[in-house]
Amino acid sequence: MAGKTKTTSKKKAAPKALKTTQDELLQFYKDMLLIRRFEEKAGQLYGMGLIAGFCHLYIGQEAVVTGIRAAMKEGDQMITGYRDHGHMLACDMEARGVMAELTGREGGYSRGKGGSMHMFSTEKKFYGGHGIVGAQVPLGAGLGFANKYLDNGAVSIAFFGDGASNQGQVYETFNMAKLWDLPVVFVIENNQYAMGTSVERSSAETELFKRGISFEIEGVQVDGMNVLAVRDAAKKAIDHARAGKGPMILEMKTYRYRGHSMSDPAKYRTRDEVNDIRSARDPIDAVKARLEKEGWADTDALKAIDKDIKAVVNDSADFAQSSPEPDPSELYTDVLLEA
Amino acid sequence: MAEPETKNMTMIEAIRDAMDVTMSQNSDVLVFGEDVGYFGGVFRCTAGLQEKHGLHRCFDTPISEGGIVGIAIGMAANGLRPVAEIQFADYIYPAYDQIASEAARLRYRSNGDFTCPLTIRTPVGGGIYGGTTHSQSPEALFTHIAGLKTVIPSNPYDAKGMLIEAIEDNDPVLFLEPKRLYNGPFNGDPHAPAKSWKGHPLGEVPTGHYGIELGKARKITEGDDVTILTYGTMVWVAEATAAKVGISADILDLRSLLPLDLDAIVESVKKTGRCLIMHEATRTSGFGAELSALVTEHCFYHLEAPIERVTGWDTPYPHAQEWAYFPGQKRVANALKRIMKDV
Repeated sequence: MAGKTKTTSKKKAAPKALKTTQDELLQFYKDMLLIRRFEEKAGQLYGMGLIAGFCHLYIGQEAVVTGIRAAMKEGDQMITGYRDHGHMLACDMEARGVMAELTGREGGYSRGKGGSMHMFSTEKKFYGGHGIVGAQVPLGAGLGFANKYLDNGAVSIAFFGDGASNQGQVYETFNMAKLWDLPVVFVIENNQYAMGTSVERSSAETELFKRGISFEIEGVQVDGMNVLAVRDAAKKAIDHARAGKGPMILEMKTYRYRGHSMSDPAKYRTRDEVNDIRSARDPIDAVKARLEKEGWADTDALKAIDKDIKAVVNDSADFAQSSPEPDPSELYTDVLLEA
Repeated sequence: MAEPETKNMTMIEAIRDAMDVTMSQNSDVLVFGEDVGYFGGVFRCTAGLQEKHGLHRCFDTPISEGGIVGIAIGMAANGLRPVAEIQFADYIYPAYDQIASEAARLRYRSNGDFTCPLTIRTPVGGGIYGGTTHSQSPEALFTHIAGLKTVIPSNPYDAKGMLIEAIEDNDPVLFLEPKRLYNGPFNGDPHAPAKSWKGHPLGEVPTGHYGIELGKARKITEGDDVTILTYGTMVWVAEATAAKVGISADILDLRSLLPLDLDAIVESVKKTGRCLIMHEATRTSGFGAELSALVTEHCFYHLEAPIERVTGWDTPYPHAQEWAYFPGQKRVANALKRIMKDV
């Protein structure tokens, strides 16, 4: 598990052995597997017609949010776009509440008002869940602004994709975030396709970590399929932001195995491309291999983990189907503060 | 409690005072925008606030309207009460995405978990030869958005009380400032000498903290012949024209478009049986269309004449022909005569 890292910094990063411990790696394995199994289940429920509308699965990208989360401290905040289920699980939001939001039930985090793309938790410091490509990025900087103003020591992490990295408001945000040295980390989850348009077909500069150069924002390209590389890069960037040095950009080179959404015919890439990455770079397989190599978990232990996770996911799916539909009166609640 | 002391203020001073008062009382209130800090705002609405409250509480931003509003939303979601200025309402369109899809929707789609106590102040309307890009009245683009309040005061007293209320509101409020009224009431006659707010009863503004509930109309004049529904600059055109024509008009300054004081509208139209709607914005799909529909729905059997609308033309706001576009006294008077012709 040697993560490849490039940086816009003049300083050459020394090659580093990616250290970990049994406990940490087992936790990463559990966290990533939960996301994958949850997403597989969501895909199933979608296929059964139990989830309506949009549903963007995170399968393949699990190492990104898991590694970032590991570097965050209590009070730090996360905000992302519409491929958000994994982020919520990483923030310790309950699988039940997320799945029930997907099925549009009363037990969902937004009581069915939000759906797949729009869920929040003040308690878990998860600021959504945003369906407009790139629109969450200035909000993330605003969270950071408030942290700085309130001097609460927190850092906000604003996730967005390679597609969003071509939105104008992202650059307005970069400028202000550096101008005011806001404690925010921009994480570009470069899964290489903005819906069906590859980075090569949409971006003049395809190395997205360089997108902050003209704002004096240091950028780092990270192997987003390697949870330990993500963790290390995130730790540096978050420490940098927390120390008052302003934002950093982390470009996570990752890959989504499934379509952009559930209705994606995936004509823009070959089956071989997906299969090759899946077999050579899968983030969960890599962790599993290291666990086995280090002798930290045997087949039985891994099976037991899988079983536990399946139980959590199945329970969430049961809950998401048994939770009642929202009351008709909910249509008009929470538009504005009720008197 | 003793009557609060009052002071004669322009709308600019009243708006500044509202920010000053709230900033003094609550350190979560921050004021920012293009040229807002050091320069004090192009219309001087924030002059002195940086000096008094510090660089960290009243500051300049880059020219990035989408980013300004987006960052403000994040601040609001994280415990602050941002007051963002968009220098002209004509510049607000890059921020429309943020206003419509983020600010107005955070509460709903989080089922009330998140709120967005954000105020966006922006000058609207013509009357200063600003041409197409410094004169527009885009209120109807915003009243179409559920989850957002849109208000537009017409005088210093309301401006201060409503801005304090907006800043203290737990939902996003778009606060539109009719720029032609900043320094005095305007009767629609560009050739008349400019009037100041001095001596006008609504230019007498309490110096302390007071709020005016958003969603309540103000009765400008009491009358029996016709109801005039209007807001912003047109309030004073309505008042002047009705007086000149010699008609007894019940003039409602709506002040708050969303929420709207439907009760006051219905009560008035039922009383007079006639209704004139006036706004400076273009006619088609303007807020007047909504008002007309509401009056029809709620007062149809009380109407004794067709509802009339006097609005800007369906053209871009012209420069040289500003006063041909502006719905001035002549057009208002003609509409009033049409409404009253069967009497």
